Amino acid sequence: MAGPVSGQRAVMRRRQNAFRWAVVTVALLFFGAPLFGMLEFTTRDASGHRTAATWSQLADLGTISQRYPDLSAGLVASLWLAVLTVVMMLVLLVPTMTWVRLRLPGLSRTVEFLCLLPLTVPAIVLVVGLTPVYAWVTYLLNGSAVWLCFAYVVLVLPYAYRALDAGLRAIDVRTLSEAARSLGAGWGTVMARVILPNLRTAVLSAAFLTVALTLGEFTIANLFSRTNLQVAMYLLGKSDAQISVAVGLAALLFAIAILFAMSFVGGQRDTVSPLSRLRRHRQEPT
Amino acid sequence: MTTAPTTYAPTTSGGQRGVAVELTGLRRSYGPVRALDDLTLRLAPGELVALLGPSGCGKTTALRCLAGLEDPDGGRIEVDGKDLTRVPTNRRDLGMVFQAYSLFPHMTARQNVEFGLQLRRQPGERRRARAAAMLDLVGLSSQADRFAHQLSGGQQQRVALARALAIEPQVLLLDEPLSALDAKVRVQLRDEIRRIQLEVGTTTLFVTHDQEEALAVADRVGVMRSGRLEQIAAPQELYSRPVNDFVADFVGVTNRLPGHAHGHAAAVMDADVPLLSGSATSGAVTVLVRPEHLAVRPDAAGGAEVLSVSFLGAHARVVAQVTGGPKVFVQVPSRAVADFSPGQRVTVTPVGEPALAVAREEA
Repeated sequence: MAGPVSGQRAVMRRRQNAFRWAVVTVALLFFGAPLFGMLEFTTRDASGHRTAATWSQLADLGTISQRYPDLSAGLVASLWLAVLTVVMMLVLLVPTMTWVRLRLPGLSRTVEFLCLLPLTVPAIVLVVGLTPVYAWVTYLLNGSAVWLCFAYVVLVLPYAYRALDAGLRAIDVRTLSEAARSLGAGWGTVMARVILPNLRTAVLSAAFLTVALTLGEFTIANLFSRTNLQVAMYLLGKSDAQISVAVGLAALLFAIAILFAMSFVGGQRDTVSPLSRLRRHRQEPT
Repeated sequence: MTTAPTTYAPTTSGGQRGVAVELTGLRRSYGPVRALDDLTLRLAPGELVALLGPSGCGKTTALRCLAGLEDPDGGRIEVDGKDLTRVPTNRRDLGMVFQAYSLFPHMTARQNVEFGLQLRRQPGERRRARAAAMLDLVGLSSQADRFAHQLSGGQQQRVALARALAIEPQVLLLDEPLSALDAKVRVQLRDEIRRIQLEVGTTTLFVTHDQEEALAVADRVGVMRSGRLEQIAAPQELYSRPVNDFVADFVGVTNRLPGHAHGHAAAVMDADVPLLSGSATSGAVTVLVRPEHLAVRPDAAGGAEVLSVSFLGAHARVVAQVTGGPKVFVQVPSRAVADFSPGQRVTVTPVGEPALAVAREEA
């Protein structure tokens, strides 16, 4: 009996492997073809000859900021937006989620609902809702693009919440904070020296997601008439399509690099993080 | 229900470093559930008191109130004469070991022990020396640079104990620290906790649901039910002189035998059993008799039948059904185990040790 059964299994394994490779190939083509198209477009001159002029121009930051001031302003604004959004998101979410877990567990569903809500709200609706708020923001602060960070914090809430929630579930927040408190730590010390170091992976994931989302955001910035990287690229596309596409490709590669960094950090969690091992050892005898 | 007096003269086991702890009229409710119902408890300096009771009796709530991790609805908490009732946890100067493993996962054993000392701004050299001494005390000097995930459960709890003791707390609080460990490690660590507590002399409150653990390590054991202390006494007294049937049932194995009280004794299974103070003194009673206070002998005309015989190492247990009466547990020497077999007729009689009798309503 063993012979035919193992033969059937081998055939099934081969089929599964073939299916897997087929899926991977289709996915690579789906995602890779446009990128290849962008690369192809940005490495041809008007007569169709291969050239690296566009990319050389892009690499020369001094020249590009002179020739395309909107692009460099958009890039700077987007980088500031990424930093501010990450900081605001962490300051808002980490203490709130930790506190809810420790003291107000009954509110966790409500907080989760509120954080996931922006997923269901279209950007245009968000803009309509935020317009009066931004009238005040412009009045009280100024019309700079960096204040889009308030809207972006709302936008990234669902993703950041999920990442942080996974991190908080992986540790016994209550026991760790009570242990630290019993040793004399105030709440600030508990957060800075006990909770945050054990949420490192989750915080990094939330931060990476926030950066990726912020750098790629177009709709809200455009509807509020603020110039970030995506809006600058869109405007540039009207005058110099090659540079615009090259910047788009660079931004995409940057986002992919961030995602790789995320998966690397996630992989680290499985292999060397003390947390997973601690959990594994919990029920083991001496 | 009898509430134990709160002014016992406790047996102080430790040195002179411990401080007195007093919980007076402590109350705590969770919605309609009263977790602590006017609890009053006093720990003498250097004493180790264990709180014992079934799940939900309030023992952990009492400990958490003392730690400042729960706010009591009423009552007063005093440590060394100072009122700590509303003082936050981090200013109470208490060391605590938790039921769940609580080592900070991102720190080594040494760093965990040094954590509390860093918060007290102790200079580096002194801090390291203290941490080394504490790890030595719990026998883990060689594991100082290991992270929690590299230590076994027992080792983690030892480090947690070292961490709690490193700050030289006024009071040590142990919240079921052994319950996640396997039986052998539990016994080892239990003895170690007692040795260390005697060595450092810190006043200690130990919460557990394991009666053997409580009886083995504590100077006094308090048995709790529904947020109140039923009895608090030295282990031997608690076992041999329970104040009510709940304590007798909860601590050790108890046979509930029907009898008839007449003054300071009760007629039980054709024998007279002297009664402990607090017993019902007349009428139909249930007499609470320990298995080792019953004798059993083979007797073809006996009034009971052996149901099972269990060999337990140092002794054996015979379970017999009294004809028309209760099932009884009798402890016999292990060498006598061959004398009994299931189905055999036997005679069971009390050996005459004092027992508690509670009034029984006639059917």
